[in-house]
Amino acid sequence: MSAVAQGELTTPGLGGGLRDIRQSGFLLKLLVRKELKVRYRGSVLGLLWSYVKPAVQFIVFYIALGVFLGLERSPRNPEGLTNYAVYLFSGIVLINFFSEALGNAARSIVNNGNLIKKIYLPRELFPVASVWVSAVHFFPQMVVLLVGCIIAGWRPDFAQILAAIAGFAIVGMLATGLGLLFGAVNVYFRDSENLVDMLLMIATWASPVMYAWNMVQEKLGSAWFAVYQANPVTIGVELFHYAFWFSTTDGSAPMPPNLFVLWTPVGLGIALLILVLGQMTFRRLEGRFAQEL
Amino acid sequence: MVNAIEVSAVSKQFVLRHTRSIKEAVVWLIKGRKGDLSEKFHALKDVTLDIKTGETVALLGLNGSGKSTLLKHISGVMLPDSGSVRTRGRVAGLIEVGAGFHPDLSGRDNVYLNGAILGMTEKQIRERFDDIVEFSEIGQFIDTEVKFYSSGMYLRLAFSVAVHTDPEVFLIDEILAVGDEPFQRKCISKIEDLARDGKTLVVVSHDLDLVSRICRRGVLLNHGELLYDGPIEEAVRLLRS
Repeated sequence: MSAVAQGELTTPGLGGGLRDIRQSGFLLKLLVRKELKVRYRGSVLGLLWSYVKPAVQFIVFYIALGVFLGLERSPRNPEGLTNYAVYLFSGIVLINFFSEALGNAARSIVNNGNLIKKIYLPRELFPVASVWVSAVHFFPQMVVLLVGCIIAGWRPDFAQILAAIAGFAIVGMLATGLGLLFGAVNVYFRDSENLVDMLLMIATWASPVMYAWNMVQEKLGSAWFAVYQANPVTIGVELFHYAFWFSTTDGSAPMPPNLFVLWTPVGLGIALLILVLGQMTFRRLEGRFAQEL
Repeated sequence: MVNAIEVSAVSKQFVLRHTRSIKEAVVWLIKGRKGDLSEKFHALKDVTLDIKTGETVALLGLNGSGKSTLLKHISGVMLPDSGSVRTRGRVAGLIEVGAGFHPDLSGRDNVYLNGAILGMTEKQIRERFDDIVEFSEIGQFIDTEVKFYSSGMYLRLAFSVAVHTDPEVFLIDEILAVGDEPFQRKCISKIEDLARDGKTLVVVSHDLDLVSRICRRGVLLNHGELLYDGPIEEAVRLLRS
């Protein structure tokens, strides 16, 4: 940053958007570390909460949906999903990542208002740091999932690992893009963060996390199902199902049609588009952050 | 001498927004946009100011005259509605020191975090870390969380980080009342050192005796307009009268 050559006049306050993040890598690292340190301050369990909360959430859903509502396959219920526990948890970890990333990114600008009002720094850092922190919290859950997968007889191959990476990339880009958008709008209208909370509640149920995708197809018909399927979070969740759950089953469970040739590129495309749109909106609005906060 | 800061014809209007929610904005639209949704006032009106490298400039004026707003334009925190601001080299603000401090982190973590926020690289901070701690006189408390610091210790550490950022242009906003008197003297002599080293200083302060000691040039602002620009003694005299 001190590389600005002497003898060159520059206009302060005009950043290069997300490109600045790379130059501020050290600051990003410190912001992420700060969030991680501060999050569970003064708690006895500390980072263990990142395991405990999803574990309880998982048990509740598993008992309510898998056992009571009969989504789990058992001798008395042959219609259900095999290894419903793995199916459920592989979706939950991704949705949790998305919810935490977007929820915190949408609040990040207002929460760091004190700093943004006083010192110039690339403001994209705050939403990006929120997403990054969520990725760190996602990691222990991922470990738990992998242990579960291996117990259930998971045999990973190259395609599955690729699917997991693609699913994570789609959801990560989407959360960053929406986080930039809602984070910037939140400075002007605090309704934004409540809107995000509502969207996140819908997102959990608008993707096949708890139930199977073909239940949706039966009810909606193919035209509306295409709309349902175009949701990048849905695509991400299905990719995760393919990566972690599918190979633990006997392979008779159907995967959504054209998941790889059509929907994965669509999901990546939409997520990228939203990232670009979010960045553009953010840059448009950031000039007045200091006076509106 | 080249210009370190060029402020040309900068105007800034602030909106005193009455609404904070979409609901109120929609109701206002439906009612046929009756009344003003927002009220505006000029914080800066057509301000033009060139500051040369190595100059020491005091921005003077009563409360609400636009001094801090002008400083925020120079640092890039705010963008002008019209006109332009250009700066040369790295600009760092001693604007409300401690803005980037987090109470739950230790002094050490905060030095790194705040240093990075002010634009230092990891290497620079590591090299200057001992100097920063020594200057702040925090000593063994550096690994204590800053929420347990006294307000004086807090400000001393924050100020110490800020003066060690070593930029070309220093913006100083009303922070010279740091700590007890011996430390204040130390801060002021540090700032005088910076001025001697040929750094450009822009200072906002209500302590007129102090600024006339540090600065050579005074700029007087009144309700966002530039009233006077010249030697500091004259600017102080005008403000006092």
